[in-house]
Amino acid sequence: MYTPHTKADIAQMLQTVGVDSLDALLRVPDAVKLRAQLDVVPALPETEIVRRFEELARENAGASCISFLGAGSYRHYAPPAITALAMRGEFLTAYTPYQAEVSQGYLQAIYEWQTYICLLTGMDIANASVYDGATALAEAAIMAINANGRQKVLVSRAVHPNYRAVLKTYCDGLDIAIEELPVAADGTTDLGELARLAGTKEYACVALQSPNFFGVIDTPGAAEQAALKASGTVLVGVVAEALSLGALQAPAQWGADIVAGEAQSFGVPMAYGGPYVGFIASTKEHLRRIPGRLAGKTVDSSGREGYVLTLQAREQHIRRERATSNICTNQAHCALIATMYLALVGKTGLRDVAALNLQRTRELAAAVEAIDGCSLPFTAPYFNEIVVCVHQPAKHALAKLEQRGILGGIDLGLYYPEHANCILMAATEMTTTQDIQQLAKALHEVVHVHARV
Amino acid sequence: MSTPVSDHTASPLIFESGQDGRANRYFARGKQLSEFLPPDALREDLPIPDNSEMDVVRHFTRLSQRTFGIDVGFYPLGSCTMKYNPRVNDAMASLPALRDLHPYTPDAFAQGALRIMWELERSLCSLFGMAAFSLNPAAGAHAELAALLIAKAYFKGRGETKRDKVIVPDTAHGTNPASAAMCGFKVISLKSDKRGRVSVDELKKVLGDDTAVCMMTNPNTLGLFEDHVHEITRAVHEAGGLCYYDGANANALMGNARPGDMGFDLMHLNLHKTFTIPHGGGGAGAGPLGVAKQLVDFLPTPYVRKRNDSFVLDFDVPKSIGPMRSFWSNFAHIVRALAYIYANGAEGLTKVSQLAVLNANYLRVKIREFLETPYDEACRHEFVASAQELKKATGVRALDIAKALLDRGYMAPTIYFPLIVPECLMIEPTETESKETLDAFVDALRDIVETAKRDPAQILAAPVTTVVGRLDETRAARQPDLRWYAK
Repeated sequence: MYTPHTKADIAQMLQTVGVDSLDALLRVPDAVKLRAQLDVVPALPETEIVRRFEELARENAGASCISFLGAGSYRHYAPPAITALAMRGEFLTAYTPYQAEVSQGYLQAIYEWQTYICLLTGMDIANASVYDGATALAEAAIMAINANGRQKVLVSRAVHPNYRAVLKTYCDGLDIAIEELPVAADGTTDLGELARLAGTKEYACVALQSPNFFGVIDTPGAAEQAALKASGTVLVGVVAEALSLGALQAPAQWGADIVAGEAQSFGVPMAYGGPYVGFIASTKEHLRRIPGRLAGKTVDSSGREGYVLTLQAREQHIRRERATSNICTNQAHCALIATMYLALVGKTGLRDVAALNLQRTRELAAAVEAIDGCSLPFTAPYFNEIVVCVHQPAKHALAKLEQRGILGGIDLGLYYPEHANCILMAATEMTTTQDIQQLAKALHEVVHVHARV
Repeated sequence: MSTPVSDHTASPLIFESGQDGRANRYFARGKQLSEFLPPDALREDLPIPDNSEMDVVRHFTRLSQRTFGIDVGFYPLGSCTMKYNPRVNDAMASLPALRDLHPYTPDAFAQGALRIMWELERSLCSLFGMAAFSLNPAAGAHAELAALLIAKAYFKGRGETKRDKVIVPDTAHGTNPASAAMCGFKVISLKSDKRGRVSVDELKKVLGDDTAVCMMTNPNTLGLFEDHVHEITRAVHEAGGLCYYDGANANALMGNARPGDMGFDLMHLNLHKTFTIPHGGGGAGAGPLGVAKQLVDFLPTPYVRKRNDSFVLDFDVPKSIGPMRSFWSNFAHIVRALAYIYANGAEGLTKVSQLAVLNANYLRVKIREFLETPYDEACRHEFVASAQELKKATGVRALDIAKALLDRGYMAPTIYFPLIVPECLMIEPTETESKETLDAFVDALRDIVETAKRDPAQILAAPVTTVVGRLDETRAARQPDLRWYAK
């Protein structure tokens, strides 16, 4: 129970309070009295808790399979120094740093995180974090709606399907309509209609993801950027694989006004989906509309530099129903982990790991393409994911790979019925040449067994 | 009790150290990026520093020493439930087969993870009297948003689109009205009565056929049990509305009374409060959302189900509001919360809330000897004190008391909340603190009040032992400096 009370303590404290039993302190009206028998998992000593979870962990065969799963959650190397530092109790068990004088360390780390995100995205400002990449996109769209007052949102169909689904959940609440841009034959967003649509001035923003859900680099050209600027349509750049920022153009270079991203790749475990860490960065112009916490630098009464949470008049605990967002708890500790990752790997490490991801994925592409019965439908340049057509239902091919102990990737048919024969595969610096060879061998068997039937 | 390092020299930013050529070698040297991609796809520069691992370790160790967590000292922050975070929970969340599991792992390869989610869900349903819980929301406010989206979809499905009002007591957490606004609801603030409770008569005046949801915390943020809760939920239901339970204060009743039995249709829990998930400096949390039977079909996706002897992620919830986030749950925290429930069982959890209430009342009766306690009756897990009289007599405010506590090695209570209490100090000790710790805290607080009466200037100058003194917040807001720039 983690309670230190002895029987004598309880007796003495009850006496001080002036009641005769613990039950008396918790008395509730008859109408709401607990009558049910509580049915929760049984109490165990710590030795048994460990045994129980080890047993449950053994039922997750997926964690030790050869895996090519990506799509917004990536297996990357995290230097052990991160765990040693991040698990320090001062960081782990601190609350939100409202009492600045005893929270200077955490506040400085948030300020450093905000700076890293600005340097990587090329933007002016960044917040202390939001829940994840999907909610970052939804919050970025709300920023755009609040900026220009328009009631429609445009989003590329090549943006992560889960991000689009969350955008829809949020937009349903605000009665905002969403329209989608189609995908072109090469795997990028078809931007043919973008200038015309922006010209109607009906859309608060357009959201483009690069690398997009298919792994393809997907950025607008100068003409599209100019059309967006001229029409006052906010360009939201989505980054679901933050590691790509070590190699690719910063979103500011391709015209993003707001960047909504996911930084799980920076040392945060995959952990079956969370917690991760979303970020929002933007141009200065959107400062008063950015959601969530911001750490800022200031001075104390004797002129010493220090940090505080600032511009809190945007936030729910001050502004209540007029706040820029309802967010309170964010993902501070995951942002701290990401900050530590970036500090440790530095620019040399980030470039190296990005290059390794590019290299491994090209090895994967070459191995798969060499299989008679597999092809790569998309031709545009890609980062660390590829789409592989297996010319049979992807879900069948994946099931057969699973039988061989390989998690081959994601069935694109789940989200794109027209690509039901395609698998989305990721390779990272953790993928070995042997993994790729084993996948190629298994995939060869799978497509050929199918071809013979 | 230890305090953060009293080293007053500034800690340099990570960007102000490091040298080219000082990189750590975590990765094989990659080839030139231009071998893989056309030049126009590549970034021009990557302006972040290379630091040696030792320098980075020292940097963050130093930052940790300038940070106050529960592990450093007593943390009586009202409505935040800063209880001890057991280390075994972290160890379980770090088991490789839980930590390194990809969210798209096929169900058959993730049965252990799914079972963990299911066991937690079932336990929460029983503990709080709800039909189902969604583990999808990432935090309390996120669950509030999901709940209000459910309410909106529910009324829309019944053709009751006129219901656009959300009723929120004036003692409510700020996230309640902010969440309501994110669903396009209009917020009606309800004034508390003299006893610090929701007034059933006042509530009835604002209830009507435009009522969508009434949001409540019980016990409320004054630490008082809403003893008319049954009449309140009945009145809301009679008006055709839904009742929402903000579970921020669930540590006060867990195992002893259930929101479901009180008539609530929707509720959230903050696993980072009641269920010992570390706050991590502001997150990540986890905010399971509970619903009554008539709302189960609206839950966010995916929902964990047991089918025969195996577990599945069900994405096919008929009237679902859709997903709230990229992936299924803050799973590492689901593991921690379940480990905590295993450590306690039903009986242990019942005792947890009893001892949390005992600790709060013990502090309350000790502190009222020298500070006002405006609602002077038995409290639940927390209570409010006020520095109003002290301020009149000495000029020392709640803020000054808070800062003086930092000098004495304690985290300050929540101050100036709830808004209805002037010079408010909101104190929540939690059940994991010993009598000795509580006694020492009372002594420190008494010393501050006595010093204020004798020599107010001393308290007004606090804190003096911390690495910085009171910071200029006006300057921070007027001249925002939110990042480092290369010189």
